[in-house]
This record gives sequence, structure tokens and C-alpha cells, in this order.
Amino acid sequence: MKVSLFITCLVDMFYAEAGKDMVEVLERQGCELSFPKGQVCCGQPAYNSGYVENSKSAMKNMIKAFENAEYVVTPSGSCATMFKLYPDVFKDDPNWLPRAQELADKTYEFTQFLVNVLQVENVGAKLMGKATYHPSCHMTRLLGASEEPRKLLNQVEGLEMIPLPNAHNCCGFGGTFSVKMGDISEQMVDEKVNSAMATEADYLIGADCGCLMNIGGRAERVGKPIRVMHIAQVLNSHE
Amino acid sequence: MAMKFSKKNFTDRTKDNISDDFMRQAVASAQERLHGRRLDAAEELGSWEEWRSHGEEIRQHVLENLDYYLHQLSENVSQRGGHVFFAMTAEEASEYIRDVIKKKEGKKVVKSKSMVTEEINLNNVLEEAGCEVIETDLGEYILQVDDHDPPSHIVAPALHKNREQIREVFAEKLDYHNTSKPEELALHAREKLRQEFLDADIGITGCNFAIAETGSISLVTNEGNARLVSALPKTQITVMGMERVVPSFEEFEVLVSLLTRSAVGQKLTSYVTALTGPRDEGDVDGPEEFHLVIVDNGRSEILGTEFQSVLQCIRCAACVNVCPVYRHIGGHSYGSIYSGPIGAVLSPLLGGYDDFKELPFASTLCGACTDACPVKIPLHELLHSHRRIMVEEEGRSPISERLAMKAFGIGASSNPLYSMGSKVASTAMKPLTKNDRISKGPGPLKDWTDLREFPAVGNTRFRDWFYDQKGGK
Repeated sequence: MKVSLFITCLVDMFYAEAGKDMVEVLERQGCELSFPKGQVCCGQPAYNSGYVENSKSAMKNMIKAFENAEYVVTPSGSCATMFKLYPDVFKDDPNWLPRAQELADKTYEFTQFLVNVLQVENVGAKLMGKATYHPSCHMTRLLGASEEPRKLLNQVEGLEMIPLPNAHNCCGFGGTFSVKMGDISEQMVDEKVNSAMATEADYLIGADCGCLMNIGGRAERVGKPIRVMHIAQVLNSHE
Repeated sequence: MAMKFSKKNFTDRTKDNISDDFMRQAVASAQERLHGRRLDAAEELGSWEEWRSHGEEIRQHVLENLDYYLHQLSENVSQRGGHVFFAMTAEEASEYIRDVIKKKEGKKVVKSKSMVTEEINLNNVLEEAGCEVIETDLGEYILQVDDHDPPSHIVAPALHKNREQIREVFAEKLDYHNTSKPEELALHAREKLRQEFLDADIGITGCNFAIAETGSISLVTNEGNARLVSALPKTQITVMGMERVVPSFEEFEVLVSLLTRSAVGQKLTSYVTALTGPRDEGDVDGPEEFHLVIVDNGRSEILGTEFQSVLQCIRCAACVNVCPVYRHIGGHSYGSIYSGPIGAVLSPLLGGYDDFKELPFASTLCGACTDACPVKIPLHELLHSHRRIMVEEEGRSPISERLAMKAFGIGASSNPLYSMGSKVASTAMKPLTKNDRISKGPGPLKDWTDLREFPAVGNTRFRDWFYDQKGGK
């Protein structure tokens, strides 16, 4: 199966390891991977801040970059959701609407692709310890990928999953919200870190690097010893 | 109280509230309690998504045909001997009510809970005209006794107070000497209020839904106070937002089923009352005179715009009860009587961006509100629409941000520019990086690193690794 990787800005620049782990997991499932060179950013930072017009050039660039892809797979529920919104952004543009729709239709978040397209739940991973899972908001509510990550994590040998209290509450990232509304974001992320600590888990697992950067960055700052991992890293663990 | 109740700016209001541990504890525990109850009630009913779709359909149908149903409603109210007044503005509404009371030589007014009367600043107008106005909903009563503390929640207005604080208010203002047990506090309020009901000559109620086909108004409560307000005084005045109408009792039943479950997780509240006109000959109670005041106050301007769906709202506060931002800042931070996600959408529409411009940005767009809404208002999308309008049509964003976003538009649409930018960033950040993280960032990064560590830019970008390993396929 031919898969084009949509790696996202955060993974490209800050979390390349998570990207590499995703590559290895997908290759082990027999996928033939490519990385369309033209890709940059999905446009979400500008779009969510209200700069819809400014974000369109980034979106068009992505539509072009993935025009020849069969499947587009990304390690981010939030960025996948942005692709799914493209048809709405271009709803009044007869030239771009069909192209936007085509991209939206062939885009999958990483765990969705594994479970729903490749039909695999056990990827042969092994990780000893206790973990809790933070369901990212866009991925869970807007993309509708809530069960897929759990199905995959439940099959990881040695990993004991513990429910996260008030898991449904946002971690306080929200893109530019995290800096524009720092006072509020701080309260939200503190509660998330404390909830994770209360589970006594060794790992906090998520499927969106924005949330993980927020939760992990705050946990480090306040000295809470919980290791934050992207789900691709967990699924590529063999120890 | 008018819709806007605070002169402080948003940042200061938020800071004040974040440091109020009592409020935050009260809000968090209420949210957790109501969250579970709402889900249980939805599950118990079954086919919740179908109910939501049905609710949405009813509300959309009413809004598409609002002129028809308002006409039908007003004809039927008049036919049953009631008076109907359409108020274009808040002032028109409260002045009409004041004049009715003056004409009846009313002195004492008892009220049941109503957000729209807060919106039109009714209590102030009546008090200035020399009336004594008494709130009889327990939550509203507590706030009124506490020197007119503003409501912080559209269903549970005193949610920000815990029982100990309420005991203190009662002790100070109402000569109360008992404990902070809810039963004892409620009993005291009940004793105080009973005489007020008997003495009042005017009763003012809100209206959960008006039924066009019969000309009835309905009141959904748990305390029964609205029944006394509408049964004892000789004159009853009911105030409703112009969108709160349903075609018939059939649709009313659907919406009440959604309302009580979404608001408090109950199958039904203790009292669901429908009233039609003034008392008929032979009736033993009910008002001799009945007025229905239908308030526009900016609503008709929302019709036909991208915000029309906000008028589907049935004021259940399910969105407030799941909002992770409201959870930490409480209702008073919004500076509007309408707080939480619904307030952040509605307040700028009714009150303007000058007073409420921050509210649509005080959200992570997490979508919890949209998910919880029983009539499927896409609340987080409407918050985003406000952002777009303020940024693109009104030019309200800071110039530095506008320039940055313009640069983003250029940089994020060109791989060579992005590549150059990310390499420059990587080099520039190197001296700031210690142990794979940045603790003190410059410029825009500072707002992040004030609170959290920032990850170091990796030595190799993913794309470089991929080209290197896989030959740039």
C-alpha cells in the first residue's frame, strides 16, 4: 500500500523521533512510504487565529503537494482535522473545492489508518510500565478518532493502561491560545499534569505533538517526573 | 443588571477569578457532577443523537419561520385576553414593564428566574421607579441579598458560591443563625420569601418556551417559585427573547426532554408549568391581567447571518458545564451575564466587540461545547467566525500579529522558504538550548517559556532524515 507521509511542522522540527517511529511501524505493516517534498504547514495556526485568507496559500500548497498521493497519513489528529476542513474553507471556490475534497477524503490520522484501513490492532509492540492516555480534543471530537488509539495501546505487551481523570478536558494548548491566554492555559495544563500524576503512570501518551509539547513542557518546568510519549513511539517500542 | 456588568478589563477579571480558590472548587465539582448526570440521563433516554437532531430541526424550523410563529403566538395570547408587546430594544422592554406597573400602582414585584430580564436591566429600572423587586429563585435570591452579585452561570446563577459563603451572606444580611446545611439555608429563604409572595402585586417571569398554537408560556423549574409568582399577584408580566417560541406542545415536549436532561441530568424537573392568558372566570388563582413582552434587542439582526444558529439555544448551559476554560475562570470573568461558550458567542453579538472582543479568543476551540449542545449549535465554529470577522473585517488584531500571520502565509506556502526559515531557527535557537530544551525564550517564545519548557530543534529535521535514509522518494 502506498502511503504519503504528512509529517506536520512540529514533528519535522522538534519530534523527528516520533516521525521515524511512525515510519518503522508503517513499513513493518508493508506500507511503501513517500514524503512529498513540497509539504510545509497545514495552515492551522493562522486559520484558528482568524486569519482565514492568509492561511489559504498554505492550504493550496498542501493540496498540490499531496495531489498524487493514494493515502495521506499523519501523526497528528489536529492536523488531520485541518485537512478535513479544507473543503469547507474552499466551499465557494469551484477550482479548489474538488481538489480540497479529494485530499480530505484520502487523509488519515496514524492510528485511524492502522486500525481502520490496515485493520491491525496488534503491531507487536512491547513496553513495560503503567501508562495513561490523553485524548486530544480535535482528534477525538472533530475527527472522531477515540477508540483507535485505545485499541492499539491495549495490545502493547507489558503496558498497563490507567484511565486519566477528567480525560475529556482540554490540556490548554489550543495553538496561539497557549501564549495569548497564558494565565488560563497555565491553569488548564496544570490540572492535566496533576491528573496524569494522580494515575501514578510512568508514561503519558498522546497522539498530537501540540498537546504533548504543552503537557510535557509544563511537567518538566514544574518538575513532575512523567514521561510524555507520542503513540508512534509506544507502538515502535520493543523492550 | 445589564448584560455587561464589569468595568474591569478581561485580563484583570480573569486574574481575579483564577485566584479565587473557593469559586474554582465549586465550579469544578459542579462540572464533574453535572457531566456524569447529563451523560446518564442521555443514555437512559436512548437514541440521544436522534433526539439532538430532532431538537435542532425544530429550532431551525422555528427560526426560519419566526415571523409566522410570533404572529400566531401574539394572536393567540391576545385572543385569550393577554397583552403582547414587541420591544425592539432593552430600554423599550423595561420601560413598557415599568409603565404597566405604574398604571397598576404596583409597589412590590416578585420575580422568578429570567436571564432576559437581566439582559434588559429590568431590576434597576424598576428600582429607580420606586418598586421593591424581589428575586424568588433561590440562586438569584442569594445574589440579590449579596448586594447584587452578578450571576455566573445561566442556569445556576450562584454556582460560584459554596454553602459556607452563602451562610455568611445570610448571617450578615438576613439575621440567619443556623448552619450551612442546604436544607436549613433553603428553609430560611423560603420563610422570608413566603410573605413577599403574599404581599406582591406584580409577578414577573421569564419564559422557557412560548407555544404559538395555544398562546401559552411555559416555565421549567425545580423550586416551584415560578408557580407562586404566576399564581398570586394580580398582574403577571412574562418576558421572553423573541426566539423562544415553539409551534405546538408536540415540539415543546421534545425540547423540554432535551432541556432538563442537558441542564441538570433530570428526566423532568419538579415543575413544568404551562400558562395561557390571565385567569378565566371560575379560576381560583392566576393573574387578572397578563402581559407578554417579546424582546428583540439585537436578535433579529442575527437572523440570516452565519450566527443564526446561536438563536437555537434553549439555555440549558450544557456547554458551560463542559467548558474547560469556564472551569478555571468561572462565569464572572466573561463580564457578561451570558458566560461560558454560549456567552462567548452571544455576548459580542448582542453587546458588540468593543466590550466583548476577548471572549471568542478565550477558547482552545476544543469542541466540548459543540459536542454537548442538545440542539447542535456549532459553538466552536461560531467562536472561530467571530475571530475571523474581528481579524479580517474589523482589523482588530495587533499589527505585529498581522505581520507575523502575513509572513506565515508566505513562508508556509513555499518549501524553499520554510526550509530556510527552519534552518535559521535551528541555528538561532542553539545558544538558548540546554539539555535539549529551551527554558528562556526570546521574543514571541517568551510567552511560552514563561510557563513551560520549549523543545530544542532537533539536529536533523525529519525530512532530512527521510531523504537521507530513503533517498528522497
